[in-house]
Amino acid sequence: MSKHSDTMNAYVTAFDDFEATLNGGATSALHAKRREGIAHLRQDGLPTARFEAWRHTNPAPLTSTCYAPIERPGQITAAEIAPFVAANVDGPLLVFTDGSFSHELSRIDALPAGVRIHALSTTADGEQESLVANLASRTTLAESAGFSALNTAFMRDGAVITIDDNCRLDTPVQILHVNTGQPGLTTPRVLLRCGADSEVTVVESFAATTAGTGTLTSSVAEITVGARANVEYHRIHLHGDESFHTGSVHVTEQEGSRFTGHTFCLAGRILREDVHTVLCGENIESTLNGLSLPHGEDHVDNYTTIEHAAPNCSSHELYKGVLGGRAHSVFRGKIHVHRVAQKTDAYQSNQNLLMSDDAEINSKPQLEIYADDVKCSHGSTTGQLDADALFYLRTRGIGLQEARRVLTQAFAGELVDRVQHDGVRAHVDTLVAARLAILLGHQGGA
Amino acid sequence: MLKITNLHAKVEDTPILNGINLEVAPGEIHAIMGPNGSGKSTLAQVIAGHSAFTVTEGTAHYEGQDLLAMNPEDRAREGVFLAFQYPVEIPGVNSAYFLRTGLNEIRRHRNEEEVDAYDFLSLIRDKMKLVEMDESLLKRSVNEGFSGGEKKRHEVLQMAVLEPRLAILDETDSGLDIDALRVVANGVNTLHTPVNSAIIVTHYQRLLEYIVPDYVHVLMGGRIVRSGGKELALQLEEKGYDWIREEDADAEIATVKSAGA
Repeated sequence: MSKHSDTMNAYVTAFDDFEATLNGGATSALHAKRREGIAHLRQDGLPTARFEAWRHTNPAPLTSTCYAPIERPGQITAAEIAPFVAANVDGPLLVFTDGSFSHELSRIDALPAGVRIHALSTTADGEQESLVANLASRTTLAESAGFSALNTAFMRDGAVITIDDNCRLDTPVQILHVNTGQPGLTTPRVLLRCGADSEVTVVESFAATTAGTGTLTSSVAEITVGARANVEYHRIHLHGDESFHTGSVHVTEQEGSRFTGHTFCLAGRILREDVHTVLCGENIESTLNGLSLPHGEDHVDNYTTIEHAAPNCSSHELYKGVLGGRAHSVFRGKIHVHRVAQKTDAYQSNQNLLMSDDAEINSKPQLEIYADDVKCSHGSTTGQLDADALFYLRTRGIGLQEARRVLTQAFAGELVDRVQHDGVRAHVDTLVAARLAILLGHQGGA
Repeated sequence: MLKITNLHAKVEDTPILNGINLEVAPGEIHAIMGPNGSGKSTLAQVIAGHSAFTVTEGTAHYEGQDLLAMNPEDRAREGVFLAFQYPVEIPGVNSAYFLRTGLNEIRRHRNEEEVDAYDFLSLIRDKMKLVEMDESLLKRSVNEGFSGGEKKRHEVLQMAVLEPRLAILDETDSGLDIDALRVVANGVNTLHTPVNSAIIVTHYQRLLEYIVPDYVHVLMGGRIVRSGGKELALQLEEKGYDWIREEDADAEIATVKSAGA
């Protein structure tokens, strides 16, 4: 406990130091928001192992020390970030290096009318004020709120994407947060606002050029989906092998909208992600897809909440994991159906493939249903590769290693195939294949 | 080509094969018949290398090599092929990809050039005509949602693509209507050459009207209890398996009597 308050004091000191470097910037709207963040952080504190929401993921490695906010971006070239960006995909690209927006590496070309993309740091004062007003300083996720407050307190910059009513962007927006290996804290922030009848595809990627020892990324993404809007949102976690990430995604959806979230937890020593979607209007179709490929000592925790707050909506959730080594994967899938949310149709599935005897999975579906006319179901399976399928492939001359690769790739491929945009899907496919090869390579023989 | 001597095998603690002797020369077609549970499928699976079965005694040599020491993929690469009684569904693995991967593994093993996707397509089209299979099946996951007949044709298609020297067909005829049966048999006959051999495991004589065997063996209680020419199959069709049981029982009594005398 004392360690915890040491951490808190250190963050408060870090905040004061940070504020002292701002000069005139200390009066900006952005900084006022940061102040709210630090106040909330002091009030809420960071999660402890006693929090129910952190039962299977000990937050101590993330909280027992103060990760000093990274002040200056490290050097990185376009060639170095190339593997983290979908090749041959046109459209805007925003690159944040160690938390700072990079003009050189980003491209925001001519955008169609009604589409605006900003880095918070580059917006004019008046505009910044109105954008910042839309940011939450903490979130409804009570038990992870401390981390959201941490993000807000040290928010260096942020990507703000606004799609007006009836507008669409045909090319995906790519946002890349890349860490150059500097230890410390980065606080990526995204605000995506989609008007009524709008349409957009966003890819938010986290990547690193080193193992990222001593790095903590605390991210927040806020997404509003207007009535009848169609939003595809991807999160690709390709952190350094030794780095820590904790983040939350908050989605609010209006009537008739369609939101699909795709989360790929591909690399990182500790990866925690809270996703919370709230279905506020009728006839919404909401989908959460997730794929985790932890190996070695990796720990992944997908903590999801789908809140049906209006009638006649459907939600689908499919999270899969392939685990190697001594990896530990946690899935919590809460479906909360409010009393008014009659005729809800919710389906949730969590499927895991254990490639090692030492890997561990905690899968926890959690249905809280307060309406009486709903269809809610869930399923969870954990197992090994199908021995009959392996034998079948081998009798066709396919070697054991290749057979294992083919079958795991097929298992993971279901989530890759769900990515709608061809270029993004090809990018994800390449990343997933490469990570699977590493995972299987470490497993060795049968 | 294949020489099996006194082969015993068990699954978990249950013995299933109790001393099989079988020799298959190049170009020969052998039929193995027998009632349910006699060990026919086990024999097929043991030859292909299924790890669920443990060989407790005996030997099996293929082209002079110790077959039992080889893993399943090496047996396949050396030319052993098993058409499964119950082909396995593999969601997410495209049939064309599956077939091409297998073919290329085998070609690599033979020091032959690999086939690219384009050449493979023309190769597979020819083979698909042989089994009268619709090309759209290639785009689907392996066996997923295939009808019983489609699965069996798919097995014969794989055989046609991989061109094995020793093909084992495990009840490929079961569940097939007469048209499908004819197609499957036609595929097998077309692929049969003076140097390639086949072992046809079947329940019924029906298939043997289309694929004419050189030898027929009757498997009962994990042993081959009768061997003969194709006329043995007709005899079985007519009389069932009971007469063999009775004859053997009589023989046993006779042996006991003569031993006692």
